[in-house]
Amino acid sequence: MSDEFDALPAELQELYLNMQDDLYDGLKDEVVEGTVRALEEFGQTPAQILQYGLVAGMDIVGADFRDGILFVPEVLMAAKAMKAAMEVLRPLLTDYKGVEKQGTVVIGTVKGDIHDIGKNLVAMMLEGAGFEVINLGINVDADAFIQAIREHDADILGMSALLTTTMPYMRTVINRLIEEGLRDQVIVLVGGAPLTEAFAEDIGADRYCRDAAVAVEAAKALMQIKKEARRVKSMA
Amino acid sequence: MTDRLLELLERKPIVMGDGAMGTMLQRAGLTDGSAPELWNVTHPEVVRAIYQGYVDAGSDFITTNSFGGNRFRLKLHHLQDRVFELNRAAAALAREVAGPDRLVAGSVGPTGELLEPLGPLTQAEAAEAFAEQAAGLAAGGVDFILIETMSSLEEVQAALAGARTTGLPVAVTMTFDTNYRTMMGVTPAQAVQTLHRWGVTVIGANCGNGPKEIERVMWEMAQAKPEGVVLMAQSNAGLPRWQQGEISYDGTPPVMAEYAQRMRALGVRVIGACCGSTPAHLAAMRAALDGPPLAEYHPAFEVPETAAKGATAERRARRAAQRSGREEGE
Ligand code: B12
Ligand SMILES: [Zn+2]
Repeated sequence: MSDEFDALPAELQELYLNMQDDLYDGLKDEVVEGTVRALEEFGQTPAQILQYGLVAGMDIVGADFRDGILFVPEVLMAAKAMKAAMEVLRPLLTDYKGVEKQGTVVIGTVKGDIHDIGKNLVAMMLEGAGFEVINLGINVDADAFIQAIREHDADILGMSALLTTTMPYMRTVINRLIEEGLRDQVIVLVGGAPLTEAFAEDIGADRYCRDAAVAVEAAKALMQIKKEARRVKSMA
Repeated sequence: MTDRLLELLERKPIVMGDGAMGTMLQRAGLTDGSAPELWNVTHPEVVRAIYQGYVDAGSDFITTNSFGGNRFRLKLHHLQDRVFELNRAAAALAREVAGPDRLVAGSVGPTGELLEPLGPLTQAEAAEAFAEQAAGLAAGGVDFILIETMSSLEEVQAALAGARTTGLPVAVTMTFDTNYRTMMGVTPAQAVQTLHRWGVTVIGANCGNGPKEIERVMWEMAQAKPEGVVLMAQSNAGLPRWQQGEISYDGTPPVMAEYAQRMRALGVRVIGACCGSTPAHLAAMRAALDGPPLAEYHPAFEVPETAAKGATAERRARRAAQRSGREEGE
């Protein structure tokens, strides 16, 4: 793994490796226990635990899933374990000083589509990176997206679609944003296995994100540009 | 009740199914993401014309526009109270077009929900939902129920229980689109053996990643199939591609004609198509199947060695070593 990881005390490294393995095996209680130990015994921050334990573990799960070694049942069990650990970290994330609030994200899987593993992963990673995330769940229609964007004064809209039959609905939502005069307020990120860069461009999204890591990078980078633009505007 | 499906299989060495419904409806203007099953009552002439296209192409049975017609899928469109009506309409239209000679298969697709313990749905709830759908299909006059595009054996079990409440014969196809397994990890061999144990005779694969992949899946099924099983394949017409604002499939009619021949060479007796296919594809398949079989068969895929589980084995070994190390230390 990384140099930073290699620099950690051996005992902590082992804890993280075990957490990754437990995550891989979908052992919820063990993953939660590891998370608590990392916090209490080693004084690790939520960001460190996410990076070295949970996200690193999910990366392995993701890779083996992609390679056809793991299948949906295993991925779901791993995602459940990760979610349980996130519940431990969540209260700490919001008031954790090391993570400055980056912005507000409204995220959901579009109408007609119930795939949410990838979208939830993106939501968790964004939370981990300091965003406030409003997760609308699955089968979300344009009205619900728009209402949530208004209600939470969102900076970013994230849409997920895993079906070729539901991805065109993203265009419908973007058109509605334009109609409602909200398109300039929000950065639109889209993702999901069948999407492509060309598709995202075609429907007028700001960025297509291949995976959760790219999603976090893009969210941060585009927020930076947005904040900068806001600053310039307020000076003018 | 006579089993019209087995009767047909006794009469004909090869039975040809039909092609896509969903992608045909999209082409006919269903682009707003609304429920295809609703079109059985709002646009019956469109659904009828699609059925007719497959009859004209020479299909021996046509499949009803009811794939997502269970209460869970219809609920996404607030149509969960119209399960019986929409399924009956799908079947009645098909019956009308098929006439007495061709068969009508009542399409039953997955709920899209996860069954216990992965998700909230119980076997009993799922079976009840499938029974409700099957009752509508039976009332509309289908000859058999086709449980299709399944990925979980638990869900197939529930669908079988539901479908069997009608007393109609049942065929089952699953979708092996994830490294030659279903997305829940079921192998073709597991599928054919388990389903046979559950009393299903016509078993196979549908949808998926196109003819080349399904060929290997059907080859695996043919290797593993217990005696008496009739194999069935309904491949997608290639893979979907996003092009100029539209989704199109790359499998042409000649590609699908060759696929039909290859299926026959593998001993598959029920041969049809799935997403992306049109009556033109089915007409090409009909012509191929009416002609002589392939003189020789060479697999179009690499015959698999035993699956490598390298990464997992390595990881487990490391974990085991750590565990024992820690226990010794304690
Ligand atoms: C798991 C799964 C399911 C589960 C979903 C469980 C759940 N709670 O999500 C179940 C079994 C319920 C399911 C059901 C169905 N599925 Co499914 N499913 C999958 C599967 C195997 C994996 C998806 C997944 O979770 N991947 C893992 C995650 C981590 O990856 P990901 O989703 O791509 O997300 C990453 C990126 O895309 C990105 N990302 C994703 N979303 C977002 C959003 C934003 C804002 C950003 C920035 C980034 C981003 O970041 C994520 C993390 O890195 C895929 C096959 C595949 N390999 O993709 C099929 C697949 C998507 N399903 C498919 C189908 C057909 C279905 C069904 C229609 C089956 C059926 N016949 O009924 C139903 C759909 C019901 C419905 N209406 O939605 C097809 C879609 C085919 C197509 N071209 O349209 C696929 C591709 C399988 C296949 N090859 O045929 N499915
Ligand atoms: Zn299909």
